[in-house]
Formats: sequence, structure tokens, C-alpha cells
Amino acid sequence: MTSAVIDAHLSEEHHGPAKGIRRWLYTTNHKDIGSMYLVFSLVMFLVGGSMALVIRSELFTPGLQFVDPAFFNQMTTMHALIMVFGAVMPAFVGLANWMVPLMIGAPDMALPRMNNWSFWILPVAFGMLGSTLFMDGGAPASGWTMYPPLVLQTGDAFPFLIFSVHLMGLSSIMGAINVIVTIINMRAPDMTLLKMPMFVWTWLITAYLLIAVMPVLAGAVTMLLTDQFFGTSFFLAAGGGDPVMFQHIFWFFGHPEVYIMILPAFGVVSEIIPTFSRKPLFGHDSMVYAASSIAFLSFIVWAHHMFTTGMPLTGQLFFMFATMLIAVPTGVKVFNWVGTMWRGAMTFETPMLFALAFVVLFTIGGFSGLMLAIAPADIQYHDSYFVVAHFHYVLVPGAVFGIMAGVYYWMPKWTGRMYDERLGQIHFWLSTIFVNLTFFPMHFVGLAGMPRRIPDYSTQFADFNSVASIGAIGYGVSQLLFVYIVVKCVRRQGETATDMVWDHPKGLEWTVPSPAPYHTFDTPPRVTEGATFH
Amino acid sequence: MTHAENRYYVPHDSHWPAVGAVGLLFLMVGVSFWLNGSSPGFWVMLAGLAVVVFMVAGWFHDVIGESVGGMYNQQVDMSFRMGMFWFIFSEVMFFAAFFGALFYARNMAVPWLGGESNNFFTNLLLWEGYEGSWPSNGPGNVGGEYEVMAPFGLPLINTAILLTSSITVTIAHHALQHGKRGLLYVFLAATFLLGYVFVFLQAEEYIHAYQEMNLKLTSGIYGSTFFMLTGFHGLHVTVGAIMLTVIWLRAIRGHFSPRQHFAFEAAAWYWHFVDVVWMGLYVFVYWM
Ligand SMILES: [Cu+2]
Repeated sequence: MTSAVIDAHLSEEHHGPAKGIRRWLYTTNHKDIGSMYLVFSLVMFLVGGSMALVIRSELFTPGLQFVDPAFFNQMTTMHALIMVFGAVMPAFVGLANWMVPLMIGAPDMALPRMNNWSFWILPVAFGMLGSTLFMDGGAPASGWTMYPPLVLQTGDAFPFLIFSVHLMGLSSIMGAINVIVTIINMRAPDMTLLKMPMFVWTWLITAYLLIAVMPVLAGAVTMLLTDQFFGTSFFLAAGGGDPVMFQHIFWFFGHPEVYIMILPAFGVVSEIIPTFSRKPLFGHDSMVYAASSIAFLSFIVWAHHMFTTGMPLTGQLFFMFATMLIAVPTGVKVFNWVGTMWRGAMTFETPMLFALAFVVLFTIGGFSGLMLAIAPADIQYHDSYFVVAHFHYVLVPGAVFGIMAGVYYWMPKWTGRMYDERLGQIHFWLSTIFVNLTFFPMHFVGLAGMPRRIPDYSTQFADFNSVASIGAIGYGVSQLLFVYIVVKCVRRQGETATDMVWDHPKGLEWTVPSPAPYHTFDTPPRVTEGATFH
Repeated sequence: MTHAENRYYVPHDSHWPAVGAVGLLFLMVGVSFWLNGSSPGFWVMLAGLAVVVFMVAGWFHDVIGESVGGMYNQQVDMSFRMGMFWFIFSEVMFFAAFFGALFYARNMAVPWLGGESNNFFTNLLLWEGYEGSWPSNGPGNVGGEYEVMAPFGLPLINTAILLTSSITVTIAHHALQHGKRGLLYVFLAATFLLGYVFVFLQAEEYIHAYQEMNLKLTSGIYGSTFFMLTGFHGLHVTVGAIMLTVIWLRAIRGHFSPRQHFAFEAAAWYWHFVDVVWMGLYVFVYWM
């Protein structure tokens, strides 16, 4: 507690936040920037969610009712781009901005101005992407994977798509550089690498993945751009190129990308489960090694997205086995979470509920991923709703639940107020029931052969699809409750949070007052044995 | 600035990032409109570019001012170093995408179009008679007949130039560390002048390729990989040479001490990176 005494008024260098819009435009404060990331992400989550509801409304019954197929394709594409790059990734960057300096005892992020720039590029990128909805030829409709030659048929939106992806990449790379430098260079003196909290560890690995693969995505879309406008032949067979080459380059980015979206969620859950089990994290070091192995393996499995492109048999076998290997470190993680709970004095506040649902439901997504990894079986599953079910299980009750859990867990520290526990639990149960109602039936229709990205379907799939649509609408509406809960906290309504917030949680973030003052850890804190799990 | 010793310098509010975001907005929207065939987009792009250049200059001005003013302690210096390292790593990965495209095209796409692996019928039915051998502008003879760029002559001279410049920048670094300012000015100037000569010769090579060899960006996959790889590299050489020029101007004004000269080192690292990429290019694009 004493280590966190804030000398804001003693130092002429530190004043509080500036007033009005300038505070947010010009800020270099990690807490301000973290808040902006989180708010931006929430807005994008609702926008992308509305697009999902357009998709689910169209699919409520067979036949074409609300939207024409071209617009349907624009919705699937934009929904994915917005959710991946606008909602999930910025949410985790927001959490990192808020929590990494607090967890390692740093005064701010290592490169505060660049931190601000990383954020403000995002509204520019998504403004450009969103504007394509009003252009000749409409928004991009090729799917977020942007496969040529289909994507080259995009209308005026095409260069806007490419450059918005470039901007998102620029923002992510700068954000990741900041996180990595902060973690390596700004830790409190006694905090050795293996004393670092799991959230910090998983973000360190995530940041490395981001810097390694976002430039590859930039290269891939640059080749699309030059193929379209400058006559290159990267993806043109007549010129000696190959459209499948795009898929290789894209998925070299794309597979690590899925770990970029899930590793920080692993970190959040690894913070929450120990707190509410009142036990240290089981196998902390093995968690670190597991996350590192997952990161390494994620670079050598990409072609499991491409089993049906006609790659050589040896390629199929290699990518199949390498993919299945990832189940081992992932299994270590799930085992350790369960081991943490074993004989713990557990309580079930909202963050813990989301974390528990994460463990169970993410694992379901992991298992369907294993099924998809089996090359011969994948030839049937490929591009079916089974795939949609799989990646939505890892992304919604996976990544998104991880974010929700983190927000409930740390919001009292940010705002100084407890969220409404009763409403939080209602939000949890509504989300969990509806998310399963939405995505579980997709396994069945997918295995039965319903293709993805098609606005119409055979009548045999009607029942499961209407269930999924009801679930989606329910899930979407439940998130308004989340918005209400957050707004209430931010407006300082509700019980005052104590500095510790929970029942003796470990970690430096709980040694600062609630709400966390504008400047924390001006001088590095001492990391005592009691404050960490080791 | 007594507390600069122990306290990590967290800068005040800065308007440069917001200016940079606005500049990028104009730049990207402008170039998009321009590519879509609307010519005012070109001017919007230039305006955006001007704003970005203005932002970079202003931002660096602030940082240099803080650095000279003694606000940065060792830890801040280390943050800058690590930031530069990871930035260069991201650049390496960007080039890796294009090298990957080159390897894939050479060893997979082109041979497969020629019927290798399990593609006998692809070749027979779609591209009969095409022998998939590198270099190639594809079975469609895209861009017409062309000559292959020979590895000796200009490219070899350029290799010598870049290798020499890597040595001169190292000599300049040692001179700076030992306080031999005169030596520093000479060898730093030699480094970026060699860089500009490299870019000039590269332009000569491009003109030669376009006018006499019919080797163009549009010459199938060979032309695509050749010009995209060497073009992006040339762009990086240009940027690196400008960085070194700025460092030189700063050095002449008395910046940098034998112990504190991160900006010099950052530019030198960048220069070595550009050099290493060229070695890869020379071997895999020109030579093999
Ligand atoms: Cu994958």
C-alpha cells in the first residue's frame, strides 16, 4: 500500500489530466489511452454485432428476405474485420495499457507518445473501412480473408480496404512494440521474468507475435494492391503467380493472429481463477512454457486452413500433425486452471463466472479445432457452418468472455466503484445461455453440410438456424445490459470499491488506491513476497 | 534536472500523434481516390504526405530537445533502443513476406504450372508446352519477352557500395566513441553519399531494364518479385540515407557525446539492416 503513495502534488512535472477534448487527443497517459481503447472496442463490438444480427436475421428462415446476397456478403466481411481488428484486438490493447504498467510497477508505458498515436490511427482506419459501405460497388464482400481473385472484384472500396488494413497493422505494431519494451525495460527492480503475472507474460508473447506477423499481412495486402493497380502477377497463374500463394502468406499471419486474440484472454483468466479460488496459480512456470510453445507452434501450422487447395500429401500430413501438437500446451493450460481451483475456497462473482465459462466453452472450441485439423475429415468440414461454430466458440465465449471477465475484474480499480453484482450475474447468464444457443446448433448444420457465407439454405437446416438466430438476437440485446453496467460504474454510481477490491488478490495493481490515481508508481515499488504468487 | 537520474521521463501531452493521425487520414484517403481514378486524390495524398513529414519533423524536434536538455536517463535510452530493435524486426518480417513470395513462386508455383508434383493435367490441359523454369513471366508470357537481369555489372557495383558504406558507418561510430569528431564527419558523410550513389545506380538499372530489356513490373512473376523486392529495398536505402544525413547535420551542430548517441546508433542499425537485406536480394534475386 505505502509503495504506491502518489506524489502528484509534490512534483511540478505532474499535473492532472487536461480539460475537455484536448485531454483525449493529446494524452500520453496509459490509463487515458487504455480507456480510449476500451471504449473504441466497445463501440466496434456493438457495430460489428449489429452486422451479425443482419446476417442472423437473413438466415432466420430459408429463402431471401431482408437483404440481397451482395449486401449479405458485405456484412459477413465487415462483421469479421470489425470484430477482429476493431473489437477484440483493441480491447486487449486497452487492457494491456491499463494493467501492464500497474502490474509491473511502471510509471507509464515505455513510449507514451507513440502509445497515443497507435490509438488515434484506429479511428482513421475504421473510418476508412466504414465509409466503403456507401461507395460504388459497396463494402468489401470477399470475406475478411481477402482471397484473390475474388477480392479483386471489389469496387471503389478496394484501395480503402487495403489501406485501412495497413493502418490497423501500423497501429498494432506500434502498440506491440510499446508493450514489449514496457515489459522488458520497465519492471520494478525485484520483478524477475518468472515473477511476472500471467497476464503480463501472455501479453509479452502476444506482442512478439504481433510484431512478427502484422508486417506479413501488410506484405500480402500490398501484393493485392499492386496486382490490382500496377500489373504485377503475384496471384495470377498466367504470369507464373498463384492465388493459393496469397492464402499461404495470409495464413502465415492468420494463424498466429488467432493466438494474438486468445493468449491475452488466457492471461486474464489466469489472473482471475487464482483470486476467486484463493490459491496461487497452479504451475505458473509451466503456463509460461505452454504459452511460449503455443506461440512457436503457431508459426508452423498455417496451411491447416488450406487442406482443400490441393497441396501435396506431405504438406497435409505435416500441417495436420503440427496442428494437433498445439493441443498439448493448450491442455497444460486447461489442466492448470482446473488444478488452481482444486480444493480452493471458491466464490463465484461475475469475473469468475466469465472465467469459468471461458475454460469450458473455449475448450469446446479447441476440440472442434482438433476435428478440423484432421486433414481427411476437414475436406468435409471445410467452409461449412462447422467452421463458423468452431471459431466463434474460441472467439466469443473465448476471447470476448476473457475480455468481459477482465473488465468486471479490474473495473472497480479503474472507476473506484463496484459494478452491480446482481446485474453482472444476470449479464453473465444471459450471455452464456444465448451464446450457446447461437453457436452450438451451427455444429450440427455444418456437419450436415450447410455452407458458410451463403444467404440462403436448404429447408432441412431451418430449425437449427432459427434457434441460432434467436440466440444471436438474445446475445446482442444482453450486451446492452453490459453497456448499462459499465456506464453506471463510470458515472460513479454504486458501492465504493476498496483498494483491494477482492478478497486479498495478489499483484501490484491492488496496492494502489481505487480508483487508480492518474499517475502511479512514480518511483518503482518493492515487490514483496506477499504481493506476488511466488 | 536532478531527478532525470532516477526518474523515468514521461512526456507531457503532445499534439504530434494527433497531427500524424490526420496526416495519415489524408494520405491514405487521397491515394485511395487517386487509385480509383479521381485525380484530385493525388493532391490530397500530397497534402497528407506533407502533414506526415511535418509531424515527423516536429515530433523529432521535441524528442531531440528533451534529449539535449538531459531529460532522458539510461532507462529511457534503453526504451528507445529496444523500440528501434523491434521496429527493425517488423521491417525484416515485411521483407520476409516478399522473399516468401519469391521462394514460393520459384520452387512451387512455376514448377507446378509446368506439371510438377501432382499437376500433370494442369500443365497438359491449361498450359501445354510451358516448362516451369525460373526465371519466368508465366505460361501466359505476361508482359512479353524480356531479358533477365545479370548479377554482374551494376548490381555487383551496388553490392560493393553498400558493403563499403557498412564499413564507413562503423568507422564513423568508432570515431564518435573516441571523440574524433573530424573523422566522424568525414566517414558519416561518406556513408550517406554512398547510399545516394546506390539509389542513383539503382535508378539507372531500372531505366535500363525498362528501356532496353523490356523487363518491367508487369513482366509476370519474375518482374513482380524483382521490382517489388528491389524497389522496397531502394526505398529503405533512401530513408536510411536521409536518416544518416540528418544525423550528420546534428553531429556538425555538436550533438552526440562519446557515451550518449542513441540516434546515431539507431540510424546505423537501420543501415546495417538495409545492407543485410541487400545481401539476401543479391543472392536470391540477382544471382541464383
Ligand atoms: Cu489456424
